[in-house]
Amino acid sequence: MNSLYDKVKKNLIWKSVFRRDYRDTARNRAMAIFGNVFLHLHPVRVRESAVKLRYTWGMGGITFLAFIILTITGVVLMFYYHPTVDLAYLDMKDLEFQAPYGVISRNLHRWAAHFMVIVVMIHMFRVFMTGSYKAPRQFNWGIGVILLVLTFLLSFTGYLLPWDQLGFWAITVGTNMGAATPLIGYQGPFSEFLHITPYNDIRFALLGGAQVGGNALLRSYIWHCIAIPLISVILMFVHFWRVRKDGGISRPQH
Amino acid sequence: MQDEKTLHDEQQGLPGGPAEIDTDRRKFLTKVGWGSLAGFLAINSYAFLRFFYPRVLFEPPSQFKVGFPNDYPPGTVNSQYQREFGTWIIRLQDGRFFAMESKCTHLGCTPSWLESQKKFKCPCHGSGYYISGLNFEGPAPRPMDRFKISIAEDGQLQVDKTIKFPGVPGKESNEVYPQSLLKA
Repeated sequence: MNSLYDKVKKNLIWKSVFRRDYRDTARNRAMAIFGNVFLHLHPVRVRESAVKLRYTWGMGGITFLAFIILTITGVVLMFYYHPTVDLAYLDMKDLEFQAPYGVISRNLHRWAAHFMVIVVMIHMFRVFMTGSYKAPRQFNWGIGVILLVLTFLLSFTGYLLPWDQLGFWAITVGTNMGAATPLIGYQGPFSEFLHITPYNDIRFALLGGAQVGGNALLRSYIWHCIAIPLISVILMFVHFWRVRKDGGISRPQH
Repeated sequence: MQDEKTLHDEQQGLPGGPAEIDTDRRKFLTKVGWGSLAGFLAINSYAFLRFFYPRVLFEPPSQFKVGFPNDYPPGTVNSQYQREFGTWIIRLQDGRFFAMESKCTHLGCTPSWLESQKKFKCPCHGSGYYISGLNFEGPAPRPMDRFKISIAEDGQLQVDKTIKFPGVPGKESNEVYPQSLLKA
């Protein structure tokens, strides 16, 4: 047994990947955090009061967990899904009835999406109720509000992708709200004065046309799968970094 | 360290000397550098926004022909062009025509014509309209909009969606827009 242990661990390859052994020393515990690219945003030491679940509810971390689940299942779904008017609905049905493990991938994605929206709102509620938006955390509150909006936008753009009646009319109604927005929508106030028509307003840019069609489906897909997740990830890292820089995770005063 | 200090003192000692000129040039180049970057980003941002507005659309044309007047019996709503063009061709009991956009004035869903109840009903939030497009139930704030309908050279009815008669709250569009009605 010991010889096998030596063969696996006492060679150049193992040592090039794992720089340390696992003796439980303060130094080793610290090194494990800041020597690891996935953990280096995390503080090396955490106060005992900072991990009191009854104070933070862990909602921010759970939101991030939901995001990771959504990223993984989302990539899986993309292997079967064509963002075209003819195929989108059928591909969604294929995932539900034919593709191996398709139905669990789709349902995980769907439920995790609902879950993330709910949890991110509870996170915001907790931050507000504990006053954690106050100095020096005002900037991070701002980032958090943007992330909340991005979460809603992810949810909204994903709604159209099954190309069913529910999503189609949700996007119809949602983009019509854009059309009714002052200054940038053709049905909103000042639209006549500014010569805003259905062909040059914000709705047109969202749909890639004047009606909900193939362009709208493709645009939703790109925003949902590429653009918004990319922006979100960048802001998430700013958000997590600032939690540390603003004095660590919010915790009880006493 | 000593050299730099000496050099600095010497430059300070020369009024209007190379030190000041160099500073001006550096400031100028800094401005040019940041300015170019700002300009580059501004132009790119504009291009990025403009990119979202395509020049060519592959959507149905906004002017289209819908057959001859005799194809339409009086007192009927024709939903044949609803799916592709979002338009109903309606002939009133007195024989006059008008074209109405199949779009609920609440949030833009497509109502259905219910022949048995003689009304348009929106499936989204339950708005109801008379055959003239006047709203009488549900959350719709105003009557549905009409398009210009006319007789083309070949005698067919022609709809022009670029000319629109928007419904006025509480008003009957037959009276507000007599020009939306076509006698044929």
